[in-house]
Amino acid sequence: MRVSGVEFSYPDGRAALRGVDLVVEAGERVAVLGPNGAGKTTLALHLNGIYMPSSGTVSIGDAPVVESNLTEVRRRVGLVFQDSNDQLFMPKVHDDVAFGPANLGVTGAELEQRVRSALAAVSGEALADRPAHHLSGGERRRAALATVLAMDPDVLVFDEPSSDLDGAGRRELVAALLSLDLTQVVITHDLPLALELCPRAVIMREGRIVADGDTRGLLADADLLAENRLELPYGFELGALEKD
Amino acid sequence: MGVGHSHALYVHEHSPVHRLAPEAKVVAAFGLVVVIAVTPRQAVWAFAVYAAMVAGLVVLARVSFGFVAIRLLAVAPFVVFALFIPFIATGETVEVWGLALSVDGLWATWNILAKAVLGASVSIVLTATTEIPEIIRGMGILHVPVLFTSIAMFMVRYLELIAEELKRTRLAMSSRGYDPRWLTQAAPIASAAGALFVRSYERGERVHAAMLSRGFTGTMPSLDARRATASEWAAATSLLLLAGVVATAAAVTS
Amino acid sequence: MVVAMHAPDGFLDPGTALVTALISLAVLAFALRQARSQLADKAIPLAGITAAFIFAAQMFNFPVAAGTTGHLIGAALAAILLGPSVGVVVVTIVVVVQALAFADGGLTALGYNVLNMAIIPAYGGYAIFRLFRSWLPKSTGGVVGATAVAAWASVVMAAIAFSIQWLFGASAPVPFDDVFVAMVGVHALIGVGEAVISSLAVGAVLASRPDLVYGARDLDQAQLADTKVKIRTFVIGGALVALVFAAVVSQFAVDNPDGLEHVAADTGFIDSGADHAWADFIFADYATAGISNETLSLAVAGIVGTLVTLAVAAGIFLTMRESRRKDTAPV
Repeated sequence: MRVSGVEFSYPDGRAALRGVDLVVEAGERVAVLGPNGAGKTTLALHLNGIYMPSSGTVSIGDAPVVESNLTEVRRRVGLVFQDSNDQLFMPKVHDDVAFGPANLGVTGAELEQRVRSALAAVSGEALADRPAHHLSGGERRRAALATVLAMDPDVLVFDEPSSDLDGAGRRELVAALLSLDLTQVVITHDLPLALELCPRAVIMREGRIVADGDTRGLLADADLLAENRLELPYGFELGALEKD
Repeated sequence: MGVGHSHALYVHEHSPVHRLAPEAKVVAAFGLVVVIAVTPRQAVWAFAVYAAMVAGLVVLARVSFGFVAIRLLAVAPFVVFALFIPFIATGETVEVWGLALSVDGLWATWNILAKAVLGASVSIVLTATTEIPEIIRGMGILHVPVLFTSIAMFMVRYLELIAEELKRTRLAMSSRGYDPRWLTQAAPIASAAGALFVRSYERGERVHAAMLSRGFTGTMPSLDARRATASEWAAATSLLLLAGVVATAAAVTS
Repeated sequence: MVVAMHAPDGFLDPGTALVTALISLAVLAFALRQARSQLADKAIPLAGITAAFIFAAQMFNFPVAAGTTGHLIGAALAAILLGPSVGVVVVTIVVVVQALAFADGGLTALGYNVLNMAIIPAYGGYAIFRLFRSWLPKSTGGVVGATAVAAWASVVMAAIAFSIQWLFGASAPVPFDDVFVAMVGVHALIGVGEAVISSLAVGAVLASRPDLVYGARDLDQAQLADTKVKIRTFVIGGALVALVFAAVVSQFAVDNPDGLEHVAADTGFIDSGADHAWADFIFADYATAGISNETLSLAVAGIVGTLVTLAVAAGIFLTMRESRRKDTAPV
């Protein structure tokens, strides 16, 4: 995935991205960190063409993100939104998971098969016949992930995946993400999650990427964190995680 | 009008009525209510037949009569109004327990009560045996425009979420001592409503982004190809035919 | 007591139910076509969520006076926020689902329930909104003020419409005069609640996302910041409306409307040899029985009904013209 010189401003004039360059190799897991308003979500929405840059380019593999290509781009990039309720808009979870592949033209038995395997990948077979508003936060999160997996993507982009999860939910999430052999971009405020999941991290501030490197190295730089309004949780000791 | 109990509208059972295809049920329900509504009120026997038919449906659907009775409370305000009619209506009167009640008024009360209660009962059986998204799907099969049904579907999906947000806002407001009794104190409610509208609107934009992200290009994919079979239609039409015969007999004999 | 909203089956006779159903279907077909062209497909989830919002808002009663409560109809609000045709479609969906899925309103009553609770208050309310927008200053205050009047008027129009439907298809021998006074009187009061809530809600939306208010899309930044409403205009306008309103309603409430009748006789409006056969044929015997001066009542009903129809037609005409322009031209 390649983002080059992307700039973007909102209709009311606010500049959100001021020249972003990012390259993510296949199979990498990259965390995107930064203060509120840095442009993280805006960047994510460029990755599947919901937003188009005013200048610069985005391409996913060999597919440039342009009007004519959007269906293919959206198959390759699966976006998991911050609020799962926004992603579960059909009467039943089964219908939501089927929505994506159905839009790609998959029908009949093959559609059912895709739904089944997507739900199995998140241990969510039991959720199929339930309506979204009856699910717990963690169940919704898993269902939302399934809706995206059903499209057989190459890249997964997560916007604050641990935001409404309790401890067990978080553990399940990490396990699920570690088990998925796909390129992953994880936007998060949850620094321990970033550390646990992503070997590489970038920090965004005011529409630009200001740091890019090894996650542990970035989190160990107290000045860097302070500059970008990031803070390790109370009592969290990086040193305590030194592996042998 | 308790939408927070929308799952309490549907009774989870496995009856023949539950299994019937939604489009057949919607047609049957509508048709039945129309037939009941055009039946002349003097044919009291006809309404007894209808009541028996509805009772039969309730039993067939494995729904309890108590459940239907509770849901029938929705027509209570009109029952009250109807009961007043003989007292305020004009026309020749009859002595009942020392009170002069209008004869026409009494017939009118009967008319409204019978049709409102029977009509509502049919509707209640429909919703008890058919989940709302299925009702909407049935409407779509019956050629209701897709713009209509897709808006309805989103409405039903997000109704509970929004009703809850509204309830929470009011709870938060009243726990801070806000207890409006006069309209002049309604300002905070209205502002909360306005804020909720904006939040709802913004959610709508996000949902649309989510739909686009999963390949939506303007037309909703059809996920359910099931259609009512000939025998299901036969069941629905036979019910309507029976009711129709009753109505015609009533019309002819009164 | 909001008795005639969400009316059950049997409330009006089958003939009226059928005619209003046909009218509603025709207008709905039109509104759907308009809405389709106005709604980008992004707006479908939007419209659905707005419908949910209106549905939820209708569930909460607000106090009208000590002890009495009313609830929001929301049609005028929907028209002002989303545009009249989209508003009509959205509120219609609310009414239909309420009937179909919640047994709130009879299935055979959908014809007049949709007409009274969606079509008339949305299109008619929008017409009143535009009228007052043209009189009030071009500012946030002006939009809020126009919303208040439009919302009030929309509720009263719905009540008038129902009363006139009662005239044609009453199922009970309750005279039209009584129904008219009771319905319109009560709803004039409830309309105040609708006015307050609708206008404040629009104000709240204008404060954070003015781009979301269809009825204010012609305002620029400076005008949006202007939140003063010319109190004087309001008071004069409100007083005029109240006067006219009281005059009309009182004619039904008084048994001997000497003043108006005298004038009417002078001008030949009431013909002493009037043939009532036509009136008897069209209007349900019930509804005109017991009225001391039938012709006068029917005449006033006719005038008031015509005004409501004009307002609705104006709303429909406006929405057609707006969609043809399809830009942010001055409202």
